[in-house]
Amino acid sequence: MFDILVVMTLFKGGVYGLLASGFALIFGMAHVINMAHTAFFMLAAYGMYYFMLARGWGAWQAVVVTVVAVTLLGVLAYRFLLNRVRHHPVAILLITMALAMVFQEIMVLFFGNIFLGAPSIMPGTTTMLGVTIYNQNLLSLAVMAAVVIILWLVLSRSKLGIAIRTTAQDAEIANVMGINISRTLMLTMGMATALAAVAGILVSPLWTIYPHMWQSPLMMVMVVVILGGLGNIKGSFVGAFIIALVENLVVWFMPSGAYLKTVFVLLVMVIILVVRPGGLFGIVFEEERL
Amino acid sequence: MNLLGRLLKGFRFGVLPVPGRLLAVIFFVFLFILPRVVHLSNYWLLVLTFCSIFAIFAASWDVLSGYTGQVNFGHALFFGIGAYSSALLWKYVAQPGDAGTVVHLLQPWVTIPLGAVCATLAGVITCFPALRLRGPYLSMLTLAFPLMLLGVVFSFKDITGGEHGITEIPRLAATRFDEYYICLIVMTVAVLIMWKLTDAGSRYVRTGLIFHAIREDEIAARALGINTIRYKVLAFAIGGLFAGIAGGLYAHVMQVAGPSTLVLPMSFQAIIWVVFGGIVSIYGAVVGAYTLYPLVEILRGPIPQYRLLVLPVIVILVLLFMPQGIAVWIRNKIERECPRCKLTNVAWRKECRACSASLR
Repeated sequence: MFDILVVMTLFKGGVYGLLASGFALIFGMAHVINMAHTAFFMLAAYGMYYFMLARGWGAWQAVVVTVVAVTLLGVLAYRFLLNRVRHHPVAILLITMALAMVFQEIMVLFFGNIFLGAPSIMPGTTTMLGVTIYNQNLLSLAVMAAVVIILWLVLSRSKLGIAIRTTAQDAEIANVMGINISRTLMLTMGMATALAAVAGILVSPLWTIYPHMWQSPLMMVMVVVILGGLGNIKGSFVGAFIIALVENLVVWFMPSGAYLKTVFVLLVMVIILVVRPGGLFGIVFEEERL
Repeated sequence: MNLLGRLLKGFRFGVLPVPGRLLAVIFFVFLFILPRVVHLSNYWLLVLTFCSIFAIFAASWDVLSGYTGQVNFGHALFFGIGAYSSALLWKYVAQPGDAGTVVHLLQPWVTIPLGAVCATLAGVITCFPALRLRGPYLSMLTLAFPLMLLGVVFSFKDITGGEHGITEIPRLAATRFDEYYICLIVMTVAVLIMWKLTDAGSRYVRTGLIFHAIREDEIAARALGINTIRYKVLAFAIGGLFAGIAGGLYAHVMQVAGPSTLVLPMSFQAIIWVVFGGIVSIYGAVVGAYTLYPLVEILRGPIPQYRLLVLPVIVILVLLFMPQGIAVWIRNKIERECPRCKLTNVAWRKECRACSASLR
């Protein structure tokens, strides 16, 4: 039974990690707290449901179309909504929150306020080392690992990655060096949304799909990102696995108190923040400390 | 006579030439005479009563987060503590009466202030872990507290009533009409106090100026010898006090103190109202609460199923074109600050009313 805990933690941690890395990416870059981040995740899950069940497409076509469509939507949202109010952080906070609600209500209108489930991309189970795992879970873990490696390569090796990291450090200097800030931000938003879309596709057969499904992951993602240190992608992944482990342990040890799992997750966050005010991997500059 | 004369003088020189203040006075006079002139159904009286309560709640968030810059994502903590402690005090401070009845010793007008005191204490206590943190870290820490309290509420179902909350607590007043006036008067007084406390140009209280200084540059404020810790604690206490009053009023108007006062949407509603109306301005919070809350109710009539879709679209459109918030945008259109003496003038004046410097 203990191995199920490990598999579930790896899977949930991976999902949170994917979501949190996108959130951390756009926060570190543009200091945008993107409350609509997990709404894109919800849209991707709905996309999989729609294309595979209602349209009857094959899994791979559905995956490609969903990722492209959601990413495009993210880029458009940035270009036409967020870019205009970039210098008003609270307005951005509110606009992204309103955007998430718009997506949620559109999904309610189209699919109704009901629980749905998408078919598995890779059905069946595999037995490894005496543990039976859904193929879907294995696929998810493989995809997550691949996405993390690709993300790391893009950020550390490619020209775009260098531009992104430069802009995150000092947007003005980056601008002077000839980096088109607006375009870089737009591409970052695209990458972040694509990460959310991949996470949404991976969970679509395993989690129930409903219009409010973005709300609880959003809080978890914010907790994860804060825990790891803002804008720090390595920290996001470490934080994601800690949070997933805490959630699963609570359900494991007190099944009747499963509704308390959020409370324990928040308790862990509060303790870590009290001990380390900058998160696990965040940097607190000496002159900023009180 | 002297007081009346000073009031009249203040009105003539402090309110009449400043269109923003004149609009605020007209707005409050309108609210005070509205139910006497027009016959409002109990339903609309209730909606407007909630507007008053939420205006206090939103304004208290603005003092803490807008002015002092301690962006609080869990302001519902104070609201919920105000509601729950008021209801619990009413329910458990009681003695057995004749024939199995229970005599409750405390009435709402006692328990609501006591609940607000509890919320103030909660504000001071949350401060201690919060003082070390800044920016988004502080926001997330404060977001955690109401949700943790919610877990406690669900764990002790026999005391707090679990998801049903504490029901059948007494009404604030016998009729909706009286409740409307009680909440309106409390709101007017509370908003005036908060406005004065955060007025950076005040000659009598320094808090406004210091709150601004803490938000803009805390290190510089400390370098000037301001004990910023003390003022941050004060900001948390003020935020807690007024949110607690709002929570107590809400519980007694609803006659229920339930978990809905602690949930995440309650915290975020305060932020939505303030940012929509205009952050760092107490009147922005009032405008936001009085615009958005009735809007939901108005939309309920013609387009019930699109109601929750239209509202965020309106918020997005307003913020795209007026990112500072609607009240601040209007204020900037009708008022202009004199470049020489910093006095506020009507935007269409050619020269300053005090120093006659050119405003063009």
